Amino acid sequence: MTDTVERSALASPGGPPADRPKIQVVPLKGLPISAFAVVLVIVAIAGNWEWALVFCHVVGGGLWTGIDLFVGLVIGPILGRLSIPARAEFSARFMPKMVIIMPTVVMMTLATGFQIARKMGNLYANSPNHPWLIASFCVVGVMAVIALGILEPANIAVLFEMNKPVPNGERIGRLMKRFIYTAGITGLMQIATLIIMTRVATQ
Amino acid sequence: MSAEQGPLAHPTADRTYSPIAWLSTGALTLVIIGGILMASYAPRKAPLSVATGLLVAGALLLASAGILLVRLRDFSRKTFMKVFKWAIFADLVTAAMIEFAFVRDHTRGASLVIVSWMLVVFTLSVPTTIAFTVARYADD
Repeated sequence: MTDTVERSALASPGGPPADRPKIQVVPLKGLPISAFAVVLVIVAIAGNWEWALVFCHVVGGGLWTGIDLFVGLVIGPILGRLSIPARAEFSARFMPKMVIIMPTVVMMTLATGFQIARKMGNLYANSPNHPWLIASFCVVGVMAVIALGILEPANIAVLFEMNKPVPNGERIGRLMKRFIYTAGITGLMQIATLIIMTRVATQ
Repeated sequence: MSAEQGPLAHPTADRTYSPIAWLSTGALTLVIIGGILMASYAPRKAPLSVATGLLVAGALLLASAGILLVRLRDFSRKTFMKVFKWAIFADLVTAAMIEFAFVRDHTRGASLVIVSWMLVVFTLSVPTTIAFTVARYADD
């Protein structure tokens, strides 16, 4: 999945195949950054390091919410109005980056968030924040099923289709519809997260 | 030629497969519900019978997906395995992180066993869905 072949032919209408670079599904350059984030989260949890826990949670959560809202409510509708070749071209550059960024920010947010909640006593049933945390778990659960069960498989399938000598435009369009619809749902879930987290922080 | 029929146009009817991705996503959904249940009771002990039921149902769905996968004909197992090994690598990191957090938070005994098996189902179901979705469209 990380192999980068120099050039592959893409059939062009009425002429010889046009050359275009093959897509690297997993951008290797991003892996050290991701690995650094994993190590930072492990150190923060193992050492019960409060600043690092809050740092990872705020940075990861801010990026996760911001990216989801921007992609779901701004990029998604724009993509829906583009032609299939334009969508495919955009995806070829956009989705490999998301393959690295999203799992990293989600891991940073959830792992540290649970530790912060435990440390602050919010997990106890008598805490006023407990119902809000359960609501947050449910929102995250819905987003996890959408992201891991629907969105990510479609994104990676699009990238593989794009790497074929003659990509199937209709298939790419169909797979990308999943992205457009689910990104909107995820965006709405993130609005719920913002409401829940601001309630937790102010109670 | 319209934009919709540009260089990527290649209309073909895709083959219909058994609902393997639906089964593995169903397994993922059940273990996520189980995980939410366990986490919402932490640090107290969650009702293990409900969590066990969700785990068993998830494992059965995943096993059904596995059986259907093995029985598939004219399916690119090479592409499936190529994607599966990368996806399982990523999900192992995530699962190890969750397991670490639960152990660090003093989850022990039957609760830890159930969480660990839920993580096994999680680690297998996500790569199955991703690899199947990619391999079903593979040409080789």
